[in-house]
Amino acid sequence: MGLKSNLHNLKEKYKGTKMAPAFNAIHTFLYLPNETTHNGTHIKAADDLKRTMNTVIMAMIPCLIFGMFNAGYQHNIAFGTGSAISEGLFSSEFWSLDNLIIGAWKILPILIVSYGVGLAIEILFAIIKKHEVEEGYLVTGMLVPLIVPVDIPLWMLAVAVAFGVVIGKEVFGGTGMNILNPALTIRAFLFFAYPTWMSGDKVWVEGAVKQDQLIAAGENLDAISGETILGSLAQNKEVGYSVMDMFFGFIPGSVGETSTLLILLGGLFLIFTKIGSWRIMLSSVIGALVMGLIFNGVVSSGWITETSKFYGLMSTEFWHHLLIGGFAFGTVFMATDPVTASQTNKGKWIYGFLIGFISILIRVFNPAYPEGVMLAILLMNVFAPTIDHYVVQGNVKQRMKRLKAKTA
Amino acid sequence: MGLLSKKDAQLITDPLADNNPITIQVLGICSALAITAELKASLVMAISVIFVLGIGNVVISLMRNIIPSKIRIIVQLIVVAALVIIVDLVLKAFAYELSKTLSVFVGLIITNCIIMGRFEAFALGNGPWKSFLDGIGNALGYGVILIIVGFFRELFGSGTLFGIPVLGDPIAKTGLYAIGYENNGFMIMPPMALIVVGIIIWIQRTKNKALIED
Repeated sequence: MGLKSNLHNLKEKYKGTKMAPAFNAIHTFLYLPNETTHNGTHIKAADDLKRTMNTVIMAMIPCLIFGMFNAGYQHNIAFGTGSAISEGLFSSEFWSLDNLIIGAWKILPILIVSYGVGLAIEILFAIIKKHEVEEGYLVTGMLVPLIVPVDIPLWMLAVAVAFGVVIGKEVFGGTGMNILNPALTIRAFLFFAYPTWMSGDKVWVEGAVKQDQLIAAGENLDAISGETILGSLAQNKEVGYSVMDMFFGFIPGSVGETSTLLILLGGLFLIFTKIGSWRIMLSSVIGALVMGLIFNGVVSSGWITETSKFYGLMSTEFWHHLLIGGFAFGTVFMATDPVTASQTNKGKWIYGFLIGFISILIRVFNPAYPEGVMLAILLMNVFAPTIDHYVVQGNVKQRMKRLKAKTA
Repeated sequence: MGLLSKKDAQLITDPLADNNPITIQVLGICSALAITAELKASLVMAISVIFVLGIGNVVISLMRNIIPSKIRIIVQLIVVAALVIIVDLVLKAFAYELSKTLSVFVGLIITNCIIMGRFEAFALGNGPWKSFLDGIGNALGYGVILIIVGFFRELFGSGTLFGIPVLGDPIAKTGLYAIGYENNGFMIMPPMALIVVGIIIWIQRTKNKALIED
C-alpha cells in the first residue's frame, strides 16, 4: 500500500479532468500501466516504449558512474590534491570514495535539473494538448548530463533543456515526431548560446572556473588548466595522455563521454538487445576511419607542414579519432536514436558513414568547434528522411525494371 | 473613426495582425532575420520600409493606367529603387553609423517581396488614397514584427535596449550579471531570429484558430 494506492486514488479522482495526464504519467512511470486490452486478437511484443527507453538508460548508467569518478579525479589532479593513476584500469587513485563524492555532488544536480525541467515541460504539454505523457524524455534526460561539461551553471542547463524540449520536439508534435535529436539540440543550444561555458580549458575540471574568477579578483592562487585532447590538438600542442588513458577514459571531457571502453560495452548491450542499430555504429566508425586515413595521407605526402594550423589534428593517428572527444558516445547513443536516424537498412549505412566522415572533417577544419560529432549528427538528422526517400525510390525503380523485363 | 471609413481603416489594421506580411504571408523574411539583432536597426528598417512602401504605392497607383503591363515589373523596380536610394542617402548623411550596421540591407529593400507584392496585388488596381493606406498598413505590420523580434534578440542577446544596458554591466558584473546571468550568444545569430519569428507565428495561430491552414 502507501504510495502506489495513493497515486491510484489520485488518478481515479482526476480521471477525465485536465490534470489527468500528469497523474497517469507519474503512475505509469513508477509502476506498470494497468490499462491492457482484454479482447480481440493483438500482436504481443515484450518491449513497449518504456522498456526500450529503460534499456538505453541501463546502457548509459556505467558511463554516468564513471563520469562521477572521473570528475572527482580530474578535480583532484588539477588542484594537486590527488596523484595520477599508477596501476591501470583498477587503480585506487581513480576509484576512491573521495572522487565519487566530489563528482556526484556536481553531477547529481545536473541530472535532477535535466529530468525536472524536461519532465515538467512534457507534462505541461500533455495537459495543454490533452494527450498522455510519452516516455520520450526518459532517455534525453539521461543523455543531457553525460554530454555537458561538469562545471555548467544549472540555470543555463535549465534554459537549454526548456528550449530543446519545446523547439526540438514539442513543436513537431512530441515524441516520435521530432526531426532533430532533442539531447543534441540542447547541447547545440548551450554551445552557441554560452560558448565560454562549453569550450576552452576550464569548464572540464570541477572548480576551475571559480578558481579563475578568484584569481581575477586578486587572490594569489594557481590557475587551473584542464584542456581536452581535442582542444590541445587544435592548437598544435603536445598531448600528455597515453592511448590507454584515452581508451579507459581518464581524461578531461564532458561528463559521460570520456570512457570509450564503457561506451563500447553500452554499445554491445544495445546491439545485443536489438535496440541500437549496429549498421549505424559500424558505418559511422568506418566513415571516421576513412576520413582520418585521408588526413593522415595528406600529412605523410607532405602537402602540409608543421606550421599549418591543421597539422595537430590532421597528423593524429586515424584510429585515435575514435577514442578522443565525443565521437564514440555520439555514435553509440545519439546517432542510433531510432526516431531521427534513417529507417531503411541501406539508408542506415549511408547515414552512419556520413556522420563519421563529416565528424572528423569538422573536427579538423574547424578548430573553433572541435566537437564535430554533435554538428555532424544534427546535420544528418536533417538529411535522414531524404536518404530514406531515395533508397525507397531506388528500390521502386529496380522493381519496375524487373516487372518490365518480365512482362515484355 | 471619423477620418477613415471602416473599409479604409481595415486596410491599415488587417496587416497588423490577421493578415500580417511576415507571420501570415511569410514575406520579407530575409531582412527580418538579418537586421533584428539590434532594436535600433529594426526601428530604422521599419521606418524606411514605411516610407518606401507608402510613397511607392501612391506613385504606382497614379501611374497604373499608363504602365504597359508587359514592362510593369521594370517600372515598379525603378520606382522602388529611386525611393530606396533616397532612404540610403538620407541614412548616410544623418545616421552614418546606423547605415553601416544596416549595410547592404537598405539596398535590399528593393527586393523585399512585401513591396513588390503590394505594388502588384494592390496599387495596380486601386486609387492612390487606398493604396497609400494599404502601403502604410503593410509596412507597419512588417515593422511591428521587426520590433518585437529586435526587442527579444537585443534584450537576451546583448542585455541592452536601443544600446542602453538594462540588465546591468556584463564586465563590471552589476545587476543581473552579479548573480551569474550571461548574455545568450545564440540570440544574436540569424537562426534564432527564425525561431523567434516561428514562436510569434505559433502564438498568433494558437490565439486565432482561423489562421491555421490544413
